Amino acid sequence: MTVEVTPELFASVPDANGRFGQFGGKFVAETLMTALTELQALYASLKSDASFIAEFDRDLAHYVGRPSPLYEASRLSDQIGGARIFLKREDLNHTGAHKVNNTIGQALLAKYMGKRRVIAETGAGQHGVATATVAARLGLECHVFMGEEDIRRQSLNVYRMKLLGADVVPVTSGSRTLKDAMNEAMRDWVTNVDSTFYIIGTVAGPHPYPMLVRDFQSVIGREARTQSLSQTGKLPDALVACVGGGSNAIGLFHPFLQDLGVEMYGVEAGGKGLSTGQHAAPLSVGSPGVLHGNRTYLMQDDDGQILETHSVSAGLDYPGVGPEHAWLKDIGRVRYVTADDRETLEAFHRLTRIEGIMPALETAHALAYAEKLASEMSPNQHIIVNLSGRGDKDILTVAALEGIEV
Amino acid sequence: MSRLTGVFAKLKAQRKKALIPYVVAGDPSPSGTVELLHQLVAAGADVLEVGVPFSDPMSEGLVIQLGHERALANGMTLRGVLDIITDFRRDNTHTPVVMMGYANPIERFGYDSFAEASSVAGVDGLITVDLPPEEVGRLDHALIQVGIDNIFLISPTTENERIETIVARARGFIYYVAVKGVTGSGQIDVNEVAQRVGVIRGMTDLPVAVGFGIKDADSASHVAQVADAVVVGSALIDEMVRKSRADASLEEIQIHEAAVQLLKRIRSGVDSSPS
Ligand SMILES: Cc1ncc(COP(=O)(O)O)c(C=O)c1O
Repeated sequence: MTVEVTPELFASVPDANGRFGQFGGKFVAETLMTALTELQALYASLKSDASFIAEFDRDLAHYVGRPSPLYEASRLSDQIGGARIFLKREDLNHTGAHKVNNTIGQALLAKYMGKRRVIAETGAGQHGVATATVAARLGLECHVFMGEEDIRRQSLNVYRMKLLGADVVPVTSGSRTLKDAMNEAMRDWVTNVDSTFYIIGTVAGPHPYPMLVRDFQSVIGREARTQSLSQTGKLPDALVACVGGGSNAIGLFHPFLQDLGVEMYGVEAGGKGLSTGQHAAPLSVGSPGVLHGNRTYLMQDDDGQILETHSVSAGLDYPGVGPEHAWLKDIGRVRYVTADDRETLEAFHRLTRIEGIMPALETAHALAYAEKLASEMSPNQHIIVNLSGRGDKDILTVAALEGIEV
Repeated sequence: MSRLTGVFAKLKAQRKKALIPYVVAGDPSPSGTVELLHQLVAAGADVLEVGVPFSDPMSEGLVIQLGHERALANGMTLRGVLDIITDFRRDNTHTPVVMMGYANPIERFGYDSFAEASSVAGVDGLITVDLPPEEVGRLDHALIQVGIDNIFLISPTTENERIETIVARARGFIYYVAVKGVTGSGQIDVNEVAQRVGVIRGMTDLPVAVGFGIKDADSASHVAQVADAVVVGSALIDEMVRKSRADASLEEIQIHEAAVQLLKRIRSGVDSSPS
């Protein structure tokens, strides 16, 4: 691509049609167009509304527990060698992942729109839990769509959602994972569009979702930027985050995009290895196409059918990715790489044993790559890894993979 | 005059309404679809709507979703659908064929190549569920070059101002989605449909077809009173699925017969409606 990467470029996307270069847009059925236009208009007015911002910030401070710490993992750095590794501790948020930053924001939008029913799709269950949580707090009716396969491997989160009063709807179509849950949520939304707010869990979906989820998650990067300056006296040399749909990654990256000296790495799920086809790495080996309301990189076959994905972590098991990441890849601002299942499990154990922090399996992908990266850098450099969530939800998966009965 | 325009003009002169069945190409089997299309024409179809299977058919209810899954499991592709239409055209050059599907297979095929190949195959119209007016521009342009009509959808949530901009770009006919929801769902509210179709008619002379939620002769007859065309999909597919479930030893042509019988009943429902 021949786009000149200047600091100003990043403030120019998305455009009024939700485009990030050739990516993004509003590829949905006509029935949803009016709802999207309304949401776009509401968000445009609230975005700079002092009382909306104050309410969002207040909730993040007193309900979520922000700011989240920026913690230097010195024992890990000592073992790996090379650059210092800092962890942005989104795992310490209420409900245990970055997802809640976004659900707080979208639930506020639902409140302003007077919608009493919310729906969500979920893979790992973290977004479902974060949605069920804000719904409980605001007294909203909540339905969470989840693939049957994910219900099986994330049973703890399924029960958490039920305890919170949400209705968990099993999705049995297609591959029975996150993409199918999103299809089903879209179908519900089309049917109940008047009463329902669809809380999308990542920076995907039709415009304005990729933009508003990015904005809500950008609190991660804004805090990290300030914390890095105050704790180390400088900006980080590199940022690393895992990429499923891409919300924790864009949340960390976005406030640093114009700092062209800060390198960024988005880590996709390498699954059993890129050559096996069993992975979830559309940016690394996919091609552009249209799914779930936007144009982006997808895992697809020659006929344009969406391929089934594989990852040890349910939250990365998605054949698409947010359109802004597709654009950031093409203009070369962010590098997209992979970590496979095996490296991920090793990183999971290492952080748990060395730092006493048990990361989500999604997050462990970022750690696996960050370790490699750090080892090639020098001790006067530092990396920030987005510790997007905690691993409690994954202990049964880890045990099963290792043949241990809990 | 295009085949679509010709058929609607002829029916109008006869004071008749068009009947448009929808089936998924490759379901129940790829080798049977051409025959199924001929059978539907014989049963009274004026226009055929041929579903292009997609792995993620977001606007379909369960019945059609499963049809897409079966078709894909049978190896159906967009190229395969075009081959089916090519085959159908060998014996039928008068019945308009409208393809209905999702954007991604067309994206993958390439807009210009797709338009060209569709034109060669004898396609008359295209409905792409997830290409609303905001996104259909480039494809629409390619379709115009080859004389294929992009069929625009209007839904119960489409505001009047938006209807006006949609009809200004529309060709062939307007497809009014009668229910908020996915295909095969919901109970159609005839009064509301009548009111909305009235609004659309106030803005265009194009024929208005109504689909989503028409299940039987009765609902078809009601809709035919207010619309120019009635689209039936899920109900036909459901009939075939039931029949094949009830007796696994049936030949495919006998399974088709279930859809044919329902379509004939719906045809008489449509024709009996006072217009
Ligand atoms: C802890 C955690 N990290 C990352 C992800 C991936 O989502 P995203 O790429 O939107 O951050 C998930 C999704 O469930 C998650 O639970």
